[in-house]
Amino acid sequence: MAEIQAGSTTGPRRARPLSPHLQVYKLMLTFVMSGFHRISGAVLYFGMVLIAWWLIAAASGPNAYSYFEWFMGTLIGRLVLFGYTWALLHHMLGGIRHLIWDLGYGFEPTEREFLALATIVGSVSLTLVVWVIGYLAMGGPR
Amino acid sequence: MKQTSMRTPLRRVRGLGTAHTGTHHFWHQRVTSVAGIPLCIALIVIVIALLGRSHAAVVQILGSPIVAITMLLFIINIVYHMWIGMQEIIVDYVHEDKLKLATLLANTFFCFGIAFASTFAILKLSFGV
Repeated sequence: MAEIQAGSTTGPRRARPLSPHLQVYKLMLTFVMSGFHRISGAVLYFGMVLIAWWLIAAASGPNAYSYFEWFMGTLIGRLVLFGYTWALLHHMLGGIRHLIWDLGYGFEPTEREFLALATIVGSVSLTLVVWVIGYLAMGGPR
Repeated sequence: MKQTSMRTPLRRVRGLGTAHTGTHHFWHQRVTSVAGIPLCIALIVIVIALLGRSHAAVVQILGSPIVAITMLLFIINIVYHMWIGMQEIIVDYVHEDKLKLATLLANTFFCFGIAFASTFAILKLSFGV
């Protein structure tokens, strides 16, 4: 048993061959989308600071809220919000893809490729749609 | 096979170990992801509806019961989801014991901070003062 042979160089605890790591695999869309899902999740994690800031600013009063509005209106603020919208929609579609797999569907090669492509095409298009609606709701870009 | 463990073979086969649990994070992540779909769509609708409005109007809308309840559900659901998710990322990449402990703690503190700050703000918007 492993417990009694710890430290041995010949027993079960000796250096074992490692499984191949990421860089030996061909870069495929399904693999990239898997990475995007985790990265977008991490981005949304830190982006929750914005949501909390927004709610606290609104609860604090007009001055705090105008400062938040000013920041979101700057070019950097808009870029951050655009990125956040994309990350949110991408993570949502990627999550739906995972739920489809959890139910046992979509494992065939063509289905996997389609789902990966649908995730990225869908998230980019939906982000643009949301922003167009957002600008229309404000009465045009300003 | 020589017996070197206090655990019986049956206990090992059942597989739960001393933690007595194993898959509840997996399941809770699925539950919060399903709930997160309508809640995130609701958030986008609420944000678009509030774009360009005055502070007074924003307070009135965010504080109205339906919007406030939706936002509270969104916050609690998403924070729990991201708490599990970030823990998963940390245990995948951080292998040094003390650093792992520190980042796991930071994850928990961050999530509770976001949850309590946001919840307080929504309740204050709803109940006034």
